Amino acid sequence: MIRFDNVSKSYPKQTRPALRDVSLDIAKGEFVFLVGSSGSGKSTFLRLVLREERASHGQVHVLGKDLAKLSNWKVPHMRRQLGTVFQDFRLLPNKTVAENVAFAQEVIGKPRGEIRKAVPQVLELVGLGGKEGRMPGELSGGEQQRVAIARAFVNRPALLIADEPTGNLDPQTSVGIMKLLDRINRTGTTVIMATHDQQIVDQMRKRVIELEQGRLVRDQSRGVYGYQH
Amino acid sequence: MRAQFVMSEIGVGLRRNLTMTFAVIISVALSLALFGGSLLMRDQVSAMKGYWYDKVNVTVYLCTKNDAALDSAAGNAPAAAGAPGTAAAPAAGNGKPCSKGAATPEQKQGIERELKKMDLVQNVMYESSDEAYKHYKERFGHTALASVVTADQMPDSFRVKLKNPEKYEVITSAFAGRDGVQSVADQSMELDNLFALLGTLNWAALGIMMIMLIVALLLIVNTVRVSAFSRRRETGIMRLVGASGFYIQVPFIMEAAVAGLIGAGFACGMLGAGQYFVIDHGIALREKLQLINFIGWDAVLAKLPLVLVIGLLMPSLAAFVALRKYLRV
Repeated sequence: MIRFDNVSKSYPKQTRPALRDVSLDIAKGEFVFLVGSSGSGKSTFLRLVLREERASHGQVHVLGKDLAKLSNWKVPHMRRQLGTVFQDFRLLPNKTVAENVAFAQEVIGKPRGEIRKAVPQVLELVGLGGKEGRMPGELSGGEQQRVAIARAFVNRPALLIADEPTGNLDPQTSVGIMKLLDRINRTGTTVIMATHDQQIVDQMRKRVIELEQGRLVRDQSRGVYGYQH
Repeated sequence: MRAQFVMSEIGVGLRRNLTMTFAVIISVALSLALFGGSLLMRDQVSAMKGYWYDKVNVTVYLCTKNDAALDSAAGNAPAAAGAPGTAAAPAAGNGKPCSKGAATPEQKQGIERELKKMDLVQNVMYESSDEAYKHYKERFGHTALASVVTADQMPDSFRVKLKNPEKYEVITSAFAGRDGVQSVADQSMELDNLFALLGTLNWAALGIMMIMLIVALLLIVNTVRVSAFSRRRETGIMRLVGASGFYIQVPFIMEAAVAGLIGAGFACGMLGAGQYFVIDHGIALREKLQLINFIGWDAVLAKLPLVLVIGLLMPSLAAFVALRKYLRV
């Protein structure tokens, strides 16, 4: 699903590379936590997977494709197989819940009939059945994140990328979101989640990849947030 | 891609930047009106050229007795009797072309023979001083000057019609300064001055158009940039869910295209209004200057599609280029 071969990434005007010689493999259907302090390279890792950046060295394979060889105009097609969720939800404030989710299908040219069927279905799945007509501003943070997850998942991506999805939520709401992500993972969707939330990582007991100053320092199945020193 | 969705996005975008949209519309309208205007001006000039060159003659004025007397007397001004109303270019070389006396019948015959032999010449018409006097009386009889002019002051002349009026120099160089020839006048020289003036005006219009066009393009680039910035949230989400670059860019390009098309529409309106109010009615140049053969509506209408197409394509292209920079996909 995802393979990094000796990947390094350095940004211009920065002496220290953001990622240094990272190699790893993530199989289909896995649930992976990406942990590390701020500036450890988590975001760069996710940006490389989304092909918002290209690796400076090494190869990044996503969904069986070498992203270095993927031409620019094919990138949108690749991204349609990825879903993305962010800490700040990134919803459109002037569109209703249903319209926000439908937007993800409209902009890739899905037929209207299909959208009308898929949107209520996925909203039901994330536990927002009946809130189709609400505006994002009227919803709680947890509900807004559920809309974002619904939008990421409505096109049934093979891979869901979540960048600190619980970063703005209280612990109880976060548990609900994690349960939702776990459920999505159980449908066969690979989930990569970058997080700082120690409690969640420790509870879920999933694979943990830790980055530190751009290096891969730990790759542990059924891991916890930090070493017990 | 769904048209309704795209159209509503365009409407939202245009309203969001209403002031900038107006600026784009106005500058596109002005630059395209100048562009169309200078195209029409070019048509007008060539219409006038065709019309007037067709009518003008090269005139070879022959020496009269008066001319001979004047030229024989030392240090005299050039002959007064160059047919009034035309430009009498003094014959080259000899400052006193008629010092050898009035043109003799032999000289006249020689000139006529040679004129008729020239390939360039379409026909030659002899105008005697009596005829010239008669024509002069017809045209200027009511003026004070006409009452003092007498028939023997009017020179005999050959009116020469050329096949290609722009080659008048050939006649001038062949006959000016010849015995018995007072001067060779070419009316098209005056026309040339007029056409040169019109040509300069046309270039000035084109220059202003270029400046307006640059202003319009800069405004479009800026509008697109503002538009892309104010919609970065939408475009960011579009990118994330895998909308194609084209799909993301189309609303912005269409916005610019719609604004440009409205501007081009105004430009067409201005051209039409110019034709209507300046030439046909209002100032009504067509009636007041009947000497000039003005262009008609067919010429104006022929320019409108070009103006509209440029008004549509130029902003779209500018938006497309601007988006490559400001809307990374």
